Amino acid sequence: MESLELESIDLQKLSVRQLNHYLHHEIGTTSPSRVEILNPNGLHNIAVGLDAPVRVDVRGHGGYFLGGMNRQARIVVHGNVGWSVAENMMSGEVQVKGFASQCAGASAHGGLLFIEGSASSRCGISLKGGDIVVGGHVGHMSAFMAQAGHLVVCGDAGAGLGDSLYEAVIYVRGKIHSLGADAREEPMAEEDYATVGQLLSRTGLDCSPREFKRVASAKTLYHWNVDADQEY
Amino acid sequence: MTKKIDLEESFLYDRHVLEYIHRASEHGLYDIRGLGAKRRVPNFDDLVFLTASASRYPLEGYREKCLTRTVLGTRRAKKPITLDIPITIAGMSFGSLSANVKEAIGRAASEVGTSTTTGDGGMTQEERASSKTLVYQCLPSRYGFNPQDLKQADAIEMVIGQGAKPGGGGMLLGLKVSPRVAQMRTLPEGIDQRSACRHPDWTGPDDLTIKINELREITDWQIPIYVKLGATRVRDDVKLAVKAGADVVVVDGMQGGTAATQQVFIEHAGIPTLPAVRQAVEALDEMDVLGEVQLVVSGGIRTGADVAKALALGADAVSLGQAVLMALGCNSPSYFDGQEQVDVSDEYAKLGTGPGYCHHCQTGLCPVGVTTQIPELEKRLQPDWGARRLKNYLQTLTMELTTLARACGKSNVHHLEREDLVALTVEAAAMAKLPLAGTDWIPGDPPKRES
Ligand code: SF4
Repeated sequence: MESLELESIDLQKLSVRQLNHYLHHEIGTTSPSRVEILNPNGLHNIAVGLDAPVRVDVRGHGGYFLGGMNRQARIVVHGNVGWSVAENMMSGEVQVKGFASQCAGASAHGGLLFIEGSASSRCGISLKGGDIVVGGHVGHMSAFMAQAGHLVVCGDAGAGLGDSLYEAVIYVRGKIHSLGADAREEPMAEEDYATVGQLLSRTGLDCSPREFKRVASAKTLYHWNVDADQEY
Repeated sequence: MTKKIDLEESFLYDRHVLEYIHRASEHGLYDIRGLGAKRRVPNFDDLVFLTASASRYPLEGYREKCLTRTVLGTRRAKKPITLDIPITIAGMSFGSLSANVKEAIGRAASEVGTSTTTGDGGMTQEERASSKTLVYQCLPSRYGFNPQDLKQADAIEMVIGQGAKPGGGGMLLGLKVSPRVAQMRTLPEGIDQRSACRHPDWTGPDDLTIKINELREITDWQIPIYVKLGATRVRDDVKLAVKAGADVVVVDGMQGGTAATQQVFIEHAGIPTLPAVRQAVEALDEMDVLGEVQLVVSGGIRTGADVAKALALGADAVSLGQAVLMALGCNSPSYFDGQEQVDVSDEYAKLGTGPGYCHHCQTGLCPVGVTTQIPELEKRLQPDWGARRLKNYLQTLTMELTTLARACGKSNVHHLEREDLVALTVEAAAMAKLPLAGTDWIPGDPPKRES
């Protein structure tokens, strides 16, 4: 259960290092399990390496790696974020109310990353089991080499979507500018509608799973192949 | 009548090149192999020590102490690494190596008081349990990378490149992607796996600064962060690593090994370790961080003499990869089954090679059970036997190192210096910026004026 008590940490008064130390060692144990961070002002490495079922609200914009390697925590950013938000997340949830820069959710092994606005290029690069839902568009080379997990894009996807995909699956509602090497569009099955529906319901976004297309790996790069022509 | 030229081999299109062209025409694919460069490049054998004589006095081999203690990561970490010897074990993945080998390495390293390193594929619990000091690599692939293991690490190594394939990613062919390897890497079993060559979440030195800070934040600024570079533009790269906040810079020369990569990389990319160490030391000196940021050198370090020469050129420690595999039996004609040596020359022959020539780690069919994931082959290398062999080897290197240091009059191996070395070839003299033996001449230096 989330405690009703709330601690405010002002990054104009404390350093990111003091903030993270507090989040690693005190929050939820010697102090309330809810904290809000004031004046983030684009600082990097805010709330990284958390490992407790706590709630963190970031009131403003964050820089690189916000929520990096998160486990268990629910982090809500009331603003935009820089590169690699929630990179290598293991579990928990990171929600960005604004836009996200490049490499959002890079290499995430678990958890849910929800970006209400759009995400820049390489969103979900190297994804390893996490789920990403983007309310707007994603930039080029999104889900590059993504291994497992889902990327749900409610808007359009930029060029080279899903290049060198492994087992991750991408769902796009809008236009796909182009597909990357070894990515292909496939028919949606009932299971896909259920997956998209379930992820959308966790975000509260109001669109129908029936509007989405499925993109997955054609698996032609899974083994060395002389006919695969330059795509190694 | 046959003229001599009718049977003369072309210099440019010799038998090697002809075979390569014929093979390429047949298959349309490049060759992938393991280990390191086979060609001769200037190396530590091209240097010799000027040990003590009338102008210097040596230390007594048996009675006078020669210290080998080595401390890495003193710049920003609260808990630097303290090792008993300056010889560490390089990152080699579980996947390319078997779990038994990883365990043997961890045990041997712990016994001699040095560190071992994870690899592409994450940390195994056997490895963590058997290694007293374990360096956790952060690689572009991020296979199996997670914050729990990060917090169990004694140091972090941010891998930007590797000497065998600077600018390239690793490979693991299907036969080695066993169920356990596949699960650790979140990949389908049996696929030919290509590791990324760029990190997924940062690009360029400014981002690297922020990334290093992220790792420090997550580990509460406790443990050192190394940055590993494949030796190419060493001077610039070392400076950028230092600027980005590295506590330790690891420079891996072109003789460094790999479990599998394109042959064209192994033989044609990067510079030899000899000039790389000299350039790295100069870069640290120019940034005024000598002694503050430690330098670890790897790529073809085989003997105690190699270690001593690397230290004399300015390295704080060395790191061994291929030589460790060889200590465990790589390229040996037989393996030890617990009672006797069992000859496996025929198994090398099936791979199209022989003991002494093998570089077939990529196949996963290692005849001596070192680089395999096949249970019957893996059994050929038992951790007890392997740990004993590797411990003996590391002990031998250390004894050779201190022997040379004492003979140079040093009571601490870290006191070895450039002044103790000369070069035997013009190339080595130019690359290491040392005088050619018996002369005052350093190629590239302005000529000395006659007095
Ligand atoms: S003997 Fe084994 S470890 Fe050595 S090169 Fe051959 S396959 Fe690789």
